[in-house]
Amino acid sequence: MTALAVAAKAEPLDVAAIRADFPILGEKMDGKDLVFLDSAASAQKPRQVLDAMRHVYETSYANVHRGAYRLSALATDAFEGARETVRAFVNAERAEEIIFTRNATEAINLVAATHGRAFLKEGDEVLLTHMEHHSNIVPWQLLRDATGIVIKVAPIDDQGNLVMADFNALVTERTRLIAVTHVSNALGTIVPVHEICQMARERGIVTLIDGSQGVPHLPVDVQDIGCDFYAFTGHKVYGPTGIGVLYGRAERLDAMPPYQGGGEMIRTVTFETSTYAALPHKFEAGTPNIVGAIGLGAALDYVSAIGRERIAANEADLLAYGMDRLAQVPGLRLIGTAQRKLAVMSFVVDGVHPHDVGTVLDSEGIAIRAGHHCAQPVMDRLGLTATARASLGIYSTRDDIDALVDGLGKVREVFG
Amino acid sequence: MSDLRELYQEVILDHNRSPRNFGALDPCDHKADGHNPLCGDTVTVYLTIADGIVSDVAFDGRGCAISVASASMMTEMVKGMTVADAERLFQSFQHLCTEDTEPEVPAGLEDEMDVLQVLSGVRAFPMRVKCATLAWHTMSAALHGNRETSTE
Repeated sequence: MTALAVAAKAEPLDVAAIRADFPILGEKMDGKDLVFLDSAASAQKPRQVLDAMRHVYETSYANVHRGAYRLSALATDAFEGARETVRAFVNAERAEEIIFTRNATEAINLVAATHGRAFLKEGDEVLLTHMEHHSNIVPWQLLRDATGIVIKVAPIDDQGNLVMADFNALVTERTRLIAVTHVSNALGTIVPVHEICQMARERGIVTLIDGSQGVPHLPVDVQDIGCDFYAFTGHKVYGPTGIGVLYGRAERLDAMPPYQGGGEMIRTVTFETSTYAALPHKFEAGTPNIVGAIGLGAALDYVSAIGRERIAANEADLLAYGMDRLAQVPGLRLIGTAQRKLAVMSFVVDGVHPHDVGTVLDSEGIAIRAGHHCAQPVMDRLGLTATARASLGIYSTRDDIDALVDGLGKVREVFG
Repeated sequence: MSDLRELYQEVILDHNRSPRNFGALDPCDHKADGHNPLCGDTVTVYLTIADGIVSDVAFDGRGCAISVASASMMTEMVKGMTVADAERLFQSFQHLCTEDTEPEVPAGLEDEMDVLQVLSGVRAFPMRVKCATLAWHTMSAALHGNRETSTE
């Protein structure tokens, strides 16, 4: 890990120094400064991540867990070192509880296809919230179609708060699994996962948290949360695409059948039968995304060195500023104003479709997301097909928000 | 900003504010739903055909200014047109939105293609081409008896 151009942890973030670490932030869009407000879709990458990946390819790349030669040992050490970095980052008890996947989607599909198929039976209930991303809905529907499980959905109120009394009332004797997002990608709502997991453990219900929007913004301690599974993707936490993580408690993972078959995940193979490798390799068939994992490790080191508490404090301050400024834009309605929320500002502009808002802002160099955010059920719940969404990252500033507000003035200019 | 003005010309903004032939057509004899899975926008196109001619047409749904204006202009144009001409116009319009070359203008549809030039601004915005063509794909699907289409 290269030294970071940031000050000691007690001090406020030196965002200018952080921004200097992200080469893309120096890019111009048709001569205008890039204002990147779409980190919830995918975050930009610091040079520390890019350098770490390039360094592996240039000095120590080979396949892992295979070669008798030194390069392979170096690559294996770096790859397994990244696993240890992830373990420490989410405070898992053991590194074997960290399974590398392609992304959070694959991590959730893995649980649905293995734990789900092995242990859930017709009539068993899986409880979700109305705020889930499609990646935490569709895998359970596939499982339902295969096994006859029942999917239940806990409601949200008009502000986007999860209604805990209704949530708890939906837990029955048949509830076998609760799968909830840590933070809503469309609204920014923080779900009380500690409370949910404690209740679930007392009732013997397995829990899965979709942490893709949690890990980039909050200190995450899976043992403290008390979940059985925690899934997240690397690219939203400043790592590369194509690498994600499934944390699973060892006793759960041990009990599950393998997900995919192939190399790496076996102990012995004959044409009659095979035996499987121990954790974590049992769930990592085939050559893994070696350099992606190492890049993710570098990203998590970067975030840790800056300090997650400081990042969270800075983003909370920016969110309050942004929500306040957007609330004053004529004709703008904020979507998602939960009491506990982070990093996401969804909104609609009277008489202007979010896509048109996005196109006008883009002409000003401002990148936001416009659409249903892969969360159509929550859009339906709020009576919308789409919103515009500005989301924050480690490099976001008040200047970005001011540019957004100015850009929204341009939207009004074009659409009258 | 010049590309932006080119995209959001006054004609488009006007059709967006007050779309023509907007609402369900009941009864109708051809109908299809179009989806743009990128943004979740939907459009339904309704047609009544008599003797090979589009005798009535309407649309409803939710979409951006580009998709609403394009659908609105489409319904204005194809009303009273032969089904064959409506299909030819669709092909030329799609070419207009997606290709750098000028489309071949079918005989008798010169005026319509002139008017549709106003939507050619989407060529500078690749993310928006599907918005412009969604209603047209949906009309074509309806004419071919398909109930659903998508811009995927």
